[in-house]
Amino acid sequence: MTRSQRQRVLSLTPRERLEPRWSALGIARPHRCVRGPEIGMAMVRGRVGATGNAFNLGEMTLTRASVTLEDGALGHGWVRGRDLRHAELIALIDACAQQEDLRERIDGELIAPLADEIANRHAEASRTAAATRVDFFTMVRGE
Amino acid sequence: MYVAVKGGEKAIANAHRSLADRRRGDRDLAELSVAQIQQQLRLAIDRVMSEASLFDPELAALALKQASGDTIEAVFLLRAYRTTLPRLAVSEPLDTSAMRVERRISATYKDIPGGQILGPTYDYTHRLLDFMQLAEGEVATPARAEQALEHCPQILELLDAEGLIEQETDDGLEPGDITRDPPDYPLDRATRLQMLARGDEGYLLSLAYSTQRGYGRNHPFAGEIRLGQVEVEIFVEELGECVCIGEIPVSECQMINQFGGSREAAPQFTRGYGLAFGHNERKTMAMALVDRALRAEELGEPIGSPAQQAEFVLAHADSVEASGFVSHLKLPHYVDFQSELELLRRLRRAHAEGQKAAPDEEDSQ
Repeated sequence: MTRSQRQRVLSLTPRERLEPRWSALGIARPHRCVRGPEIGMAMVRGRVGATGNAFNLGEMTLTRASVTLEDGALGHGWVRGRDLRHAELIALIDACAQQEDLRERIDGELIAPLADEIANRHAEASRTAAATRVDFFTMVRGE
Repeated sequence: MYVAVKGGEKAIANAHRSLADRRRGDRDLAELSVAQIQQQLRLAIDRVMSEASLFDPELAALALKQASGDTIEAVFLLRAYRTTLPRLAVSEPLDTSAMRVERRISATYKDIPGGQILGPTYDYTHRLLDFMQLAEGEVATPARAEQALEHCPQILELLDAEGLIEQETDDGLEPGDITRDPPDYPLDRATRLQMLARGDEGYLLSLAYSTQRGYGRNHPFAGEIRLGQVEVEIFVEELGECVCIGEIPVSECQMINQFGGSREAAPQFTRGYGLAFGHNERKTMAMALVDRALRAEELGEPIGSPAQQAEFVLAHADSVEASGFVSHLKLPHYVDFQSELELLRRLRRAHAEGQKAAPDEEDSQ
């Protein structure tokens, strides 16, 4: 699993869900923040007509953090919103996942089940939308 | 003679206290929480975020609470907060065709791949007051289909394949950013869209309506309207790749308009585009109509209507700027007004003297 794949799952998981699951793994290493966690913004871009040139739609709040472990491994985290702890957690997990002995457990016991949760949540939302899909039927004209 | 004075400190402090009291209302009723506003006044929040040009539902809810529900005041509060934050990143352009669709309709084709999906809409409601809302009652959970949605491709791509509609392609041009460089007219379409995206909904709606009533008519069809969640990605130097920072809801409107053509180019439908944070369907429809109207010059159409005049439309679209300039009239203009008074008195004196002198002049001729 690549770092960006992990980052995606971690940023799409609410912090309240992530925190207990991460603690349950019991593999957190001591870490130190080297940047942030800090709140800022990302300028969100769209495309003219969805496929054309980029344009600036507006900004969104964004929190980032970078942490280092005792062995020097560096981890980064970025997440929508203003939750400092969420960004720090993502950075810590990213740093721990640099360690070969931890990577397998993080991917198998944390990221994979969280990815399943996200998929389930998305499927449920999709089924809610699908229930509002219009079924057209043709009126039969009387002879 | 006017002498500058200071004062009002106590009056201002007490006025703010009085405002806080009004905002709180009857103390026997529970206070509204920001979380309740965020959950239950979602469309107001989406409007505030879109016009403040800052996506943050919790802060938009706080702004609405603080502003006692005054949308424009809430937009102002959120816009002001925005200036305190550093910009850490610029996103990759959103891929709205990969949207997790909650609603998606087309008024141009009945049968579309993925189907017509109504989603959470006020359309088809009877606009009768629902007195059940006065009572506290349980709300049913939404219905869920057995199957998830099929893929919902962009409808305009169907026309694209036949060459019946202009294509929007990316030439890699870096878009202008009015938050960094003040607008310098004429503006390209990307910059115009940024200004429309943060424009006041009521204003854009009226201008859009004016084009339908004949002031810059361009014969629109709602090709596709969609609402849903889109993942936001930023490029991260440290990793050398793009990463997802979360997802946000957006509304999008693709308008199909009157065709144009020339000796060289076969006739094609033209397009207008609207995109906004959150559930902002009316805003994106109005935005798409005004976007198309503002393309008049580029498409060789006569410019004679207000909605086609870019500088007029765009310079007055921002509610924070507009309310700021109108509201400044409430500030003391004592000196200004004194000078006007003196000028007026002088003119009237001159006028009276002129009247006295005038008959004499006639006599002497």
